[in-house]
Amino acid sequence: MEAAVEKIIQMQGYKLHVIKTDKFKTNTIVWRMKAPLTKEDVTKRALLPHVLQSNTANHPTTAGLRSYLDDLYGATLFVDLAKKGEYHIMSFYVEMANEKFLSDPTPLLKKGLELLSEILTNPNVKGNGFDPQTVEMEKRTLKQRIQSIYDDKMRYSNARLIEEMCKDEPYALQVNGNAEDVDAITPENLYEYYQKAFAEDELDLYVIGDVNEAEVKSILSGLLQFADRTPKKITVGEYQRDSDVKEIKEQQNVKQGKLNIGYRTNIVYGDPDYFALQVFNGIFGGFSHSKLFINVREKASLAYYAASRLESHKGIMMVMSGIDNKNYDQAVGIIKDQLEAMKKGDFTDQEFEQTKAVIQNQILETVDTARGLLEILYHNVVAGTKIDVETWLQEMQKTTREEIIEVANKIKMDTIYFLTGMEAGN
Amino acid sequence: MDKITFDQLQEELYHEKLPNGLDVYILPKKSFNKTYATFTTKYGSVDNTFIPFGKQDYVTVPDGIAHFLEHKLFEKEDGDVFQQFSQQGASANAFTSFTRTAYLFSSTAEVEKNLETLIDFVQSPYFSEKTVEKEKGIIGQEITMYDDNPDWRLYFGLIGSLYHHHPVKIDIAGTIESISHITKDLLYECYHTFYHPSNMLLFVVGPVDPDQIMNQVKENQAKKNYKDMPEIKRKFEEEPDSVAEKKTVLPMNVQTSKCMLGIKGIHIQQYGEEMLKNELSMNILLELLFGKSSENYNQLYNEGLVDDTFSFDYTQEQGFGFAMVGGDTSDPDQLAERLETILLDAKNSLAFTEEQLERTKKKKIGAFLRAINSPEYIANQFTRYTFNEMNLFDVVPCLEKITLNDIQKLAQEVIAEERIAICQVIPQNK
Repeated sequence: MEAAVEKIIQMQGYKLHVIKTDKFKTNTIVWRMKAPLTKEDVTKRALLPHVLQSNTANHPTTAGLRSYLDDLYGATLFVDLAKKGEYHIMSFYVEMANEKFLSDPTPLLKKGLELLSEILTNPNVKGNGFDPQTVEMEKRTLKQRIQSIYDDKMRYSNARLIEEMCKDEPYALQVNGNAEDVDAITPENLYEYYQKAFAEDELDLYVIGDVNEAEVKSILSGLLQFADRTPKKITVGEYQRDSDVKEIKEQQNVKQGKLNIGYRTNIVYGDPDYFALQVFNGIFGGFSHSKLFINVREKASLAYYAASRLESHKGIMMVMSGIDNKNYDQAVGIIKDQLEAMKKGDFTDQEFEQTKAVIQNQILETVDTARGLLEILYHNVVAGTKIDVETWLQEMQKTTREEIIEVANKIKMDTIYFLTGMEAGN
Repeated sequence: MDKITFDQLQEELYHEKLPNGLDVYILPKKSFNKTYATFTTKYGSVDNTFIPFGKQDYVTVPDGIAHFLEHKLFEKEDGDVFQQFSQQGASANAFTSFTRTAYLFSSTAEVEKNLETLIDFVQSPYFSEKTVEKEKGIIGQEITMYDDNPDWRLYFGLIGSLYHHHPVKIDIAGTIESISHITKDLLYECYHTFYHPSNMLLFVVGPVDPDQIMNQVKENQAKKNYKDMPEIKRKFEEEPDSVAEKKTVLPMNVQTSKCMLGIKGIHIQQYGEEMLKNELSMNILLELLFGKSSENYNQLYNEGLVDDTFSFDYTQEQGFGFAMVGGDTSDPDQLAERLETILLDAKNSLAFTEEQLERTKKKKIGAFLRAINSPEYIANQFTRYTFNEMNLFDVVPCLEKITLNDIQKLAQEVIAEERIAICQVIPQNK
């Protein structure tokens, strides 16, 4: 087994994480900025990375910037937004070929880091704000991005579930912000927010590939420097619905009904029973040998997919399945029975061991990709923990049947959301 | 066993053709945890008219049967092979494309056992009327799921506009109606025609010892009594050069319109190096015309006609090929018109410089290196290339040889009004 060694170095205003590995033909650089999820900032944060990656002071047009990337052997540059618990995270990704696999010795890593620095710290500014035309275009695209959720019924029903379930919690906010808040953003107030984010966010830079740590450090010390800060911490509260399970049905012209059920686990990354929760989820609905897949799909033939997924920093679990409208009661009944079975310890030693083996396999496979490795390591930044991949696996393997049953008994169904077709059968 | 070394990429590939015709390839990746193996037959959704093994006459089988077979192969008399893989710590999967059906697993432990399971389950079909009926419910839900997916509908809507007869226009999973005609006997007939080792390829990539893997596979195959197989006879109707429908509009439950333009490919009877060159040239042409650094893309983006869902792609296999360009748009008709104009202008006067071509090649070389980080990409694409008598590892040298003249010539040949079709998804209440 090869687990990656992460070297963490405190730089001026940010942490540098270097993971040296010879697995890849490319080097990956990821810049992350983390702040509490708030209604006030979420839409600006959803827009900001897209404006920054459009162009810079030295590459004032997108076509020019993209041509420069093409010249660097097709270096890729993209940004994304994520919600991890009640934090909002902006990410900037740059990936380029490792020049040792090319006949041309251009120092691509150095150029990649310089470009990232240019994008972060030398934006295309006009007066007191960003270039107005760029902001206008990216506002338009952001609105389209927010609207596009509606057209992907799987994403839509999942988003609706969260919206209903976490109604008065920050977690209900959409990762791309609110369409109605986009118009109020101006080149000036976005630039102001940009300065605030770089002054207050928790900043992390990951460099993954066959790189030399000292070299990376020396390139960076001349490039990126920010003020010291104490990042804001959030404690996710314990939520428990007082009333009965909330049930929401929505009708649209769809052929397949989308069933999404939300549960409170109230267990987050870093909690002692987090690893038992992972194993619980594996037996319950994480894999093709899990209870949901076997009972909803294989035995009852109701669905093509039926699975459960954890949100590690919010303490919730989501079940999703696509079913015929008329099978709603039967599917919900089967799903409820599976959780009851878990609570009673109604799972075999084989299911238990098999699940651990598959999770072990999944984690080891995940760290075979730069992106997967990054996601696993970044949990530590969000949760303020120091769990390396090896420890993660050991703790997961150590969990007992009793711990799984205990976890099952903590889990409470919260909200059922069903997107149903027009000729609903119930 | 042959060994092929790729110095610049620092990779080694091992190959042997076994006596029963099975091609086995092994690519060691020392520092990876994961071993990934694919066992693929050259049989996909387009192979719907053929002479079944042991028969004289052509038959046409129900749409979606290759995909149905893929699902059913996992089920055995004593249960489900998925279970066995996960007991061995592996995750297994399969997929059916237009021209291939692939079975695969990935695992970080018990590789030998998992490899044995993979080969054995694919080579021991067990179909019963009862389980075939049950699967119709599950695949029915898979089909309805795709019916609600606008991007999927757009994709097949466009292929349907481009092609008159070729079975590439048929949805890979078929329809609820077509799969209702599938029986266990039909599944066996397809299986015995297309799953002979001489029509298959096994690819293993990961931290493995090539000698050990090759010996294991040889021993496994030596135990099975495969008779020599006559050449498989497939039949395709004559397909006109021109498109079937100039424009198809699909009203759906969406808020954002989508528009995709398709070009019917040429030189689709090619194999080997010629095909590789044609495919790469097509990709370069599209990149020059519509890539993120292109003038066209930036103009369309600035005008608000496209957003970051805009994409383009070229697909080519034996007997069919198509390029697709488009994405979400505020004005599907305007975008269709603009895309077509850009293409027709390029046909007449392709105005690119050597510098732009070199830059595009560099981009493609970087993309190739990025792609081969992935064991999945290597195994799946290598198989596809080999079935078309091309070599995945020839991509970079072949790219380097392409000239502006090649691109100009291709643009003149492939771009033509009658080879272009449009498909749009629009909000249904409009």
